[in-house]
Amino acid sequence: MSKKKNSVLKYTRVKPFTNVLISCLFIFLALLCLLPAVLVLIVSFSSESSVRLIGYSYIPRGLSLAAYEYLAKQTGYIGHAFLNSIGITIVGTILGLITTSTMGYALSRPNYRLRSFFTWFIFIPMLFSGGLVASYMINAQILKLKDTYWALILPICCSSFYCIIMRTFFQTTVPDAIIESAKIDGARQIRIFLQIVLPISLPAVATIGLFLTFAYWNDWMMAKYYISGNRHNLFPLQYVLIALEENIDFLTRNQQNMTAGTVSSVPSETVRMAMVVISVVPIACSYPFFQKYFVSGLTIGAVKG
Amino acid sequence: MTKSPATNKHVQKKKKGSTGASFDNLELFLLHLPTTIWYLIFCYAPMFGVVIAFKNYKPKPGKSFLWALINNSKWAGFDNFKFLFKSSYFETMIKTTVLYNIVFIILGIVIPVTLAVLFNELYSKKLAKTCQTMMFLPHFLSWVVISYFVYAFLATDQGLVNNTIRSMTGATENHNWYRDVNFWMYFLVFLNVWKGMGYNMVVYMASISGIDAELYEAALIDGATKSQQVRYITLPLLRPVISIMFIMAVGSIFRSDFGLFYQATRNSGALVSVTQTIDVYVYKALLEQSNVNLSSAAAFLQSVVGCITIVAANLVVKKIDPEAGLF
Repeated sequence: MSKKKNSVLKYTRVKPFTNVLISCLFIFLALLCLLPAVLVLIVSFSSESSVRLIGYSYIPRGLSLAAYEYLAKQTGYIGHAFLNSIGITIVGTILGLITTSTMGYALSRPNYRLRSFFTWFIFIPMLFSGGLVASYMINAQILKLKDTYWALILPICCSSFYCIIMRTFFQTTVPDAIIESAKIDGARQIRIFLQIVLPISLPAVATIGLFLTFAYWNDWMMAKYYISGNRHNLFPLQYVLIALEENIDFLTRNQQNMTAGTVSSVPSETVRMAMVVISVVPIACSYPFFQKYFVSGLTIGAVKG
Repeated sequence: MTKSPATNKHVQKKKKGSTGASFDNLELFLLHLPTTIWYLIFCYAPMFGVVIAFKNYKPKPGKSFLWALINNSKWAGFDNFKFLFKSSYFETMIKTTVLYNIVFIILGIVIPVTLAVLFNELYSKKLAKTCQTMMFLPHFLSWVVISYFVYAFLATDQGLVNNTIRSMTGATENHNWYRDVNFWMYFLVFLNVWKGMGYNMVVYMASISGIDAELYEAALIDGATKSQQVRYITLPLLRPVISIMFIMAVGSIFRSDFGLFYQATRNSGALVSVTQTIDVYVYKALLEQSNVNLSSAAAFLQSVVGCITIVAANLVVKKIDPEAGLF
């Protein structure tokens, strides 16, 4: 089959010159996406004097680890934000997987009597939402989520889109016969779900898990809505970045509070970029390996429901 | 008592069978009960919260939100909306949101589809894979991180762009990019395309790879050129995916990417005329000015119009191609 495809390819290919043109276009676009990240990385390793002298540059006058050394000393503060981000991501991903997979499973059962009702139940929020003000009022005033970790986790832990991907996956890849035979053997739905359906649906669980992991790691909006500016111990990394942007001496002021360190030695220009690098590195290093799950998730999601 | 034992047994058996099925239903219901509760709290409760838009909300210290909403806030009818419509920024706000979205929808379909078609023609699969991975990167970055990327280039004193201009022309004056409305007008479009390019390309590439290769072979035998193959095979077969993406995009024509307009521009006051979309306005009015009435009116408008546009877009697409609708 592949041999046949290859021989045909010879005739269906574009001309070599066109190939060169297209290759150049894609190399250009790829660099366009990558080079800004490289600049930030280089700046974070530049010496402070180089930044003062020639600004942010791909070719700094001197390299230094001062920014990272400084951040390493700030473990009390940066470390806390890092742990917050990790904790929120783990708890949120687990909760998100529970909510989306159970709903997806129930909606995938053809015999479930409330199936069409709940399909509409999760579909309507895709069409109409209460909007920011109503959500904010309910989350902050009635549920009292303001200034709690739950505000960063609960409002974004489930989504109809993920539920539909899960449902479609269960429908297409889990054979009905397995579930029926398990039922005849006397297994309850919860057991069928946990011991049969989930283990054979790991690709879907991995896909949605990754979607959730990246969404939680990158989320800053919940923190912006629900976390007050003075509750530093609740800040996730992304919100520390916002705080640094709004207030250049945010870190230095915090250092003053904690230790009577020498403020003047803070490499403030490069420290900010080092913070960006720290928050991006876990993502940038992991997504190339998980890319295929994202692509498969997109393809499942494109099947209309 | 008059029933024979046999029929009695039969009835019992039947009853047992039906309770088994309803047990099944009950179990499935209990299984997704937590999700149902989540939906009720985080999706359905805010839907009723839209009544705030028709109230003159007055909070009272020491009293809960619900108490203040029911007992302390008078019905305002459409006053909030009238006030919003009359305000000077309303027109700009709607214009900004809708115009940007129209540009984003067109570019968000034309560019990724073109790229996906071209991408499949690359000889070297290794190069293709590498490029795709690199182009996927911006999708995984938050707008906060991207705002730092942009800052590294556009910062007034240290930014790479100003440094390059300075060293090349010997100019001493620094251009303040964050106050340059004309620049950001186009740069916002660039940023949006840049961030979504890799992701959207993959959506279309996945459907292109699903097209039966025999169609192209047949076209080749008939002597179709490459561009004819694209025009008569690839694009028609991509139509369902394109129309779904189109409906989704049109449905959110009154929504905007808060991160792009607020965070990437560093909330620069000078850029308000091009960055104040409805979302940005709602956020600012609610959390910076605590103006619940106006922000809830704007949010309500956004939700209702969004709902109408997505249903309308679906109807129109379905009329043209009955197979292509989203629902």
